[in-house]
Amino acid sequence: MTNALERHKYDVLVIGAGGAGLRAAVEARESGLRVAIICKSLFGKAHTVMAEGGAAASMGNANSNDNWKVHFRDTMRGGKFLNHFRMAELHAKESPDRIWELEMWGALFDRTKEGKISQRNFGGHEYPRLAHVGDRTGLELIRTMQQKIVALQQADKREHGDYESHIKVFAELTITEILKENGKIAGAYGYWRESGSEVLFEAPAVIIATGGVGKTFKITSNSWEGTGDGHALALKAGANLVDMEFLQFHPTGMVWPPSVRGILVTESVRGEGGILTNNKGERFMFKYIPDVFKDKYADNEAEADRWYEDQDNNRRPPELLPRDEVARAINSEVKAGRGTEHGGVFLDVSKRLSAEVIKKRLPSMWHQFYELAGVDITKEPMEVGPTCHYVMGGVEVEPDTAAAVGVPGLFAAGEVAGGMHGSNRLGGNSLSDLLVFGRRAGMGAAAYVKQTTATPVSDANVAAAAARIEAPFARSGGENSYSLHAELQEVTHNLVGIIRTGAELKDAIEKIAEIRKRSANVAVAGGRKFNPGFHLAFDLDNMLLVAESTAKSAIGREESRGGHTRDDFPGMDSGWRQYNHISSFDGTQVSVRKQALPFMPKDLFDLFEVDELKKYMTPEEIAKGGSN
Amino acid sequence: MSGVFSPTRAKIKERTLRTDKWWLQPAITFAVLFSFIIYATFRAFEGDNYFVEPLISPFYSPCLSQACVEGSTIFGWTPVSAEIFNFALSPALIILIFPLGFRMTCYYYRKAYYRAFWLSPPACAVAEPHSKYTGETRAPLILQNAHRWFFYAGLLFNVFLTYDAVISFKNAEGEWGHMSVGSLVLLASSTLLWFYSLSCHTCRHTVGGRLKHFSKHPIRYKLWSWVSVLNHSHQQFAWYSLAAVAFADIYVRQVATGAWTNFYFF
Amino acid sequence: MARKINLRIWRGDSTNGGLQDVQVEANEGEVVLDVIHRVQATQMGDLAVRWNCKAGKCGSCSMEINGKPRLACMTQVAAYGEDETITVTPLRAFPVIKDLVTDVSFNYQKAMEIPAYAPPADLKPGEARMEQVDVERSQEFRKCIECFLCQNTCHVIRDHEENKKSFAGPRFFIRIAELDMHPLDILKNRKRTAQEEHGLGMCNITKCCTEVCPEHIKITDNAIIPMKERVVDIKYDPARMFSGLLKREKRN
Repeated sequence: MTNALERHKYDVLVIGAGGAGLRAAVEARESGLRVAIICKSLFGKAHTVMAEGGAAASMGNANSNDNWKVHFRDTMRGGKFLNHFRMAELHAKESPDRIWELEMWGALFDRTKEGKISQRNFGGHEYPRLAHVGDRTGLELIRTMQQKIVALQQADKREHGDYESHIKVFAELTITEILKENGKIAGAYGYWRESGSEVLFEAPAVIIATGGVGKTFKITSNSWEGTGDGHALALKAGANLVDMEFLQFHPTGMVWPPSVRGILVTESVRGEGGILTNNKGERFMFKYIPDVFKDKYADNEAEADRWYEDQDNNRRPPELLPRDEVARAINSEVKAGRGTEHGGVFLDVSKRLSAEVIKKRLPSMWHQFYELAGVDITKEPMEVGPTCHYVMGGVEVEPDTAAAVGVPGLFAAGEVAGGMHGSNRLGGNSLSDLLVFGRRAGMGAAAYVKQTTATPVSDANVAAAAARIEAPFARSGGENSYSLHAELQEVTHNLVGIIRTGAELKDAIEKIAEIRKRSANVAVAGGRKFNPGFHLAFDLDNMLLVAESTAKSAIGREESRGGHTRDDFPGMDSGWRQYNHISSFDGTQVSVRKQALPFMPKDLFDLFEVDELKKYMTPEEIAKGGSN
Repeated sequence: MSGVFSPTRAKIKERTLRTDKWWLQPAITFAVLFSFIIYATFRAFEGDNYFVEPLISPFYSPCLSQACVEGSTIFGWTPVSAEIFNFALSPALIILIFPLGFRMTCYYYRKAYYRAFWLSPPACAVAEPHSKYTGETRAPLILQNAHRWFFYAGLLFNVFLTYDAVISFKNAEGEWGHMSVGSLVLLASSTLLWFYSLSCHTCRHTVGGRLKHFSKHPIRYKLWSWVSVLNHSHQQFAWYSLAAVAFADIYVRQVATGAWTNFYFF
Repeated sequence: MARKINLRIWRGDSTNGGLQDVQVEANEGEVVLDVIHRVQATQMGDLAVRWNCKAGKCGSCSMEINGKPRLACMTQVAAYGEDETITVTPLRAFPVIKDLVTDVSFNYQKAMEIPAYAPPADLKPGEARMEQVDVERSQEFRKCIECFLCQNTCHVIRDHEENKKSFAGPRFFIRIAELDMHPLDILKNRKRTAQEEHGLGMCNITKCCTEVCPEHIKITDNAIIPMKERVVDIKYDPARMFSGLLKREKRN
């Protein structure tokens, strides 16, 4: 087997070809390194294309009062101050440059009258801040970077005579294992989805940019790719995951018909004036404004309506509260029996905007509802409800280099990395996160590669990885990966969902362990060639680790904050704000421990009003006034 | 074995698995265009029954030949001799080349006849019967690029036909201020021809499509926007104008032969 | 609410294959991709199919349904008659890999051959100024989700394998048009190379690409024909040919 094994040597291996992976690859290549990009599906299909609203960057094109400090404050507020301050700071400072850079690579954002990049409003952002292209911003991002990579390949062709001499995309390839030698990264092992044949990559640096974990849940906006591969690969390679209890349920997913359940309805619908009502026609969001947001959000319809015309003198409509608040509000309305027939609430944009304006500003939403659900959103309301959308938790990294803590040579960026968004991510901060930390991961990896020596992967390591791939074929009459996956989704949906309790989480942990035991016995029918049953067997393994980590982190955190709501501990606890949950894996199970969250330095601390910080921090922390 | 039957493709023996009536559209196109060609050929060679005061058939206008019947010419201007190499030349033959060329090279008609006549392809995802295909890269089809030349000529013809429509608002004695069914027929056909020409892709390109920066040419941008709206219906204008021209010719011929009487409203 | 439907799925690989009949349950509102997934989960665990977003945004689940190139996620089962058999095959313009999955690498090869966006050398990040009216045409083409249905349906390559080397296809004609219309792109020879290297002249504007585009991009009217007209500008325009002749005479 080893004789015929396909082998590749690169300086940097990027796992994942979404926004973060491609941005990292561009950066590593521009530092002069040879880069391999692995994508699980075709090049350019990554889940980034689904991002609709925009990329947050305080360019100040729409409102000149905006700057990085305001963006930083909004991000920390949105994350309930559980964010790693340094990541939020870098993100707020560097986002504008990353957007302008995209424009240099050919992105065509919508324009303001002065010809600058137009910026739109979004939940949790004080000013219009999201650079956008209609409602297909994610597609623009991924296509721009895809084309930037092609541009680099064309330059390589001119210089070296081969498009793929320095940057090569390996499409439809799954990585099953990250390989280490002497405690350092040495490469990765995987298989071509097309043929099932195995591949060894040797590289001193690996960047994980695999995105999210949504497929662990039953109702999700994520595609099949969101199976937490990177989270699991990192855990198994010895890295930590931080705060895996925080999952963002996007408040507005489609709820009907069943086949489209979970598919996202962009937040821009609310940004453009969509209102939420229950089955009594009541605009219920006014009832759900938490105290910490009282001075920023309108408490009556008249003021909320005025805000769309005059944003300086009115408070924002409560539909634009951070996502976690809106998701919980919808959840409560439905539970109280005020939901729609299909278990959602109404989102209506037809009353405020004309049909032409709706089709112009929300074209793909109009199509999505018209073609998938037979609903004309220019005439009637949409039915929406929460859907699992984003995981705030992820690989613990050094903010400046995106290096995974504890594993030399391993880097992580994008959704798979943790810390940046705290307990809840603001809409629009994901696309800018990809760009900022994708680039930093590329830089970090390049710097690392230049001061280290590559270690060849040992034969024993290769043999072990190969044996793992072969195993499910050797079994017969074992478990079916499809039904185990469905069982797992049922458990997470019912027991680790939006609203959690200690007892249910305990139950979930047992059930996940049980499914994991059975998953060791998964058998695969058919051959290796493009066999989805075989592919799912590996994805399932990853999802189980992620679910275990989420459930175990959730049971420990005895408070409610952002994307983690405990029915038995409904309040936010300033004491808990001082801690991250760190998951690690010992080869058999995930264990979770508390770790102190770094406290922000004085210059950042001073960006906030003390009165505001009092809502989140203990008196001792306030008294300290910053870490220096 | 090429195309969908190439060795690497999925082995499916049917040329298409479409279950709808995909052949209907090309069949109709073929029938209508073919009938028009037969009729137009007959009329072009007939050399008669194309003028009856004050109506002239669009197939014969402008009438530039010395063979033109009295009154059908424009101020008696007949620069073309009645015969070439002892071959009697119908006055239609020297001018039909232009409107015909305009339609032959039109981006819409190209689609229509490549599908209906040349079956290249007969319909989407239906395998075509040809083993070689080079498109419009070499003679004679490279001449399709002359569409712009015919477009300019077509505009000139529209002027003549509009003139014909205007002078049809006379009575048989040449007095102004009358209107007959014939005047309406000519007016309709010349108007539809304008719509057909102005909605054409070359027109859209010429008025503004070729620009890189619309913002620097606001008037041409406006024009381009209007022509773009018309362009959406170019296919419809192509058929309506064809039908209108054919009917105008039939009408004039029937009146000229005395089969129909040109009814005057006033 | 659920009903049984008859599905006929092409199964096989490049060496062999054929259509197989299956009965599968379909619920109200489901799309063809849903029932394919049900077949996969209950009857054919190793049935190969590509898909990602299931919302018509990624362009992965391209296949041919009753002979028409379509996205399976955007094709309602209810669009077909109660007793109608729905026939599902892989794209027929590309080499088949397995079942409904084809090798679409042709498209990625072509993507590499289109010269990249070329802004002015002195343009600094953040200083680009573009008017909305100037970017709108190119934005339409950037809606493309690269499902490659246009490439698949285009008879130039679907019916003539040998043309693949000299023809970029509709997807890349809109890419060329996008760049040629981009307000800041300065590469001058896009029109000429479109005609001479990428096979624009092979297109006989029969519009099947536009018919199958799930993003409703007016590929033919807004990209291919305008590019053909731009080629006429530089190669076949009467006025320019005349002035070109004059210039050549002067040079001689």
